[in-house]
Amino acid sequence: MNITLQVWKQEGPDRAGRFATYQVDDIEPEMSFLEMLDILNERLVSQGDDPISFDHDCREGICGTCGVMIDGQAHGPQLGTATCQLHMRKFRDGDTITVEPWRAAGFPIVRDLVVDRTSFDRIIEAGGYITVDTGAAPDANLIPVPKDVAETAFDAAACIGCGACVAACPNGAANLFTAAKINHLNLLPQGQAERWARTEAMVEVMEEYFGSCTNHGECEKACPKEISIDFIAWMNRDYVKAKVKNRRLMGQKA
Amino acid sequence: MTTTSQRPKKAPFPVEFYRSAVGKKWVMAVTGVIIIGFAIAHMLGNLKMFLPDVNGIPDMDIYAEALRSLFSPIVPEHVMLWLLRVGLIVAFLLHVHAAYALTIMNRRARQTDYQAPRNYVAATYASRTMRWSGVIFFAFLAFHLADFTLGIQPAAPETWEHGRVYANFVAGFQRPLVTAFYVIAVSLLGIHLYHGAWSMFQSMGVNHPKFNAARRVAATIISGVIVIGFIAPPLAVAFGYLK
Repeated sequence: MNITLQVWKQEGPDRAGRFATYQVDDIEPEMSFLEMLDILNERLVSQGDDPISFDHDCREGICGTCGVMIDGQAHGPQLGTATCQLHMRKFRDGDTITVEPWRAAGFPIVRDLVVDRTSFDRIIEAGGYITVDTGAAPDANLIPVPKDVAETAFDAAACIGCGACVAACPNGAANLFTAAKINHLNLLPQGQAERWARTEAMVEVMEEYFGSCTNHGECEKACPKEISIDFIAWMNRDYVKAKVKNRRLMGQKA
Repeated sequence: MTTTSQRPKKAPFPVEFYRSAVGKKWVMAVTGVIIIGFAIAHMLGNLKMFLPDVNGIPDMDIYAEALRSLFSPIVPEHVMLWLLRVGLIVAFLLHVHAAYALTIMNRRARQTDYQAPRNYVAATYASRTMRWSGVIFFAFLAFHLADFTLGIQPAAPETWEHGRVYANFVAGFQRPLVTAFYVIAVSLLGIHLYHGAWSMFQSMGVNHPKFNAARRVAATIISGVIVIGFIAPPLAVAFGYLK
């Protein structure tokens, strides 16, 4: 396969970027999109040119490190997969493919296709955990979890934090990410003690960095884990409850 | 997670709640429900244009007078109508303010837009034009109030007379440009509601596997019924069925 790539090149966070055009010849259809970029980078380096910076790690769709806009879609045209799981056979010989980094104020560009997703860590720090005694591992099945609850919590926990939801959202909102992380814990018995504090804190930190949800549903389609926007509705419901409950929980301190 | 116990004194609950984007969306949804409720009542009222006269007085005029004296004599005349009007105006203002504030927030959330064309998968024409359909419809409302409620020239027909709703309605929609503007505005409202009447369920967290699919159906029916119900009487005037 021979393809033409238009890739966003930007030398640093505060530098002006531009699309650079690369001709990539003799690509195998079996190659993943990232392998194709590897090949291109090897050729660029051997020519003495600057390679394209992009994020990647596990290359099997479970780490959430990779992710770029390919032809205007987060993680490319194939639904339910990360960029590393996209193969060149999805494209046709002679195609021109445009590659752009995630664009959101909460994801500043580091270089080329690499963005800084620290803002997601800030959201997790606000409450994306449970507080437990450390020490010996607890006995298995000490806390019964109904099967359906475990399944639904796992659907939410499948979030790999890649940022495709923010990238795809016309509003640059991170509601799907935050809703997945909140519901993953709010659904489970272990998450109940901190449920209301978690919901209020995580939503409000999210709003410091990102836009607001207008229910387009683009995030759900961009998500490599196909996480449902139902979780966003549940987060909204829990947030309203949390605002009321947390006041009461403050008791006399309010 | 010590935030709840250590946070300094908070603003009153409604203010504190409205400060968050999720809170604003909740307010948008609730005010949306109020506005949809009004729209349906208004549309049903308009259909009285098709009813025959009662003792030589158009049914529409009787209905209009009944609205003025709603719950009278339990409450003085006009009081109930004004309470409803104030409620509706507050709902509209909150809806518009929340939309404005969230739009600013969303602009800030993506200061540099994508430089290549986007390929949307799920976003509909309706969902992506909410701001436009809303703003244009709001402009139409100003004209509409001047035309029928207040009778301000030149928006209102020359023969406009307070209380003669049927005659004003007919005179109003015998002007083709006004009818065209009306049809466009109501169609935009329908497009707005196609997304809005679905979106409000999500914003309020009304989500259950048993009726999730019905939410889209409900939104489609609501927008369809409102558009048809609102357009029918003016078109009947424009095509000479109502005189």
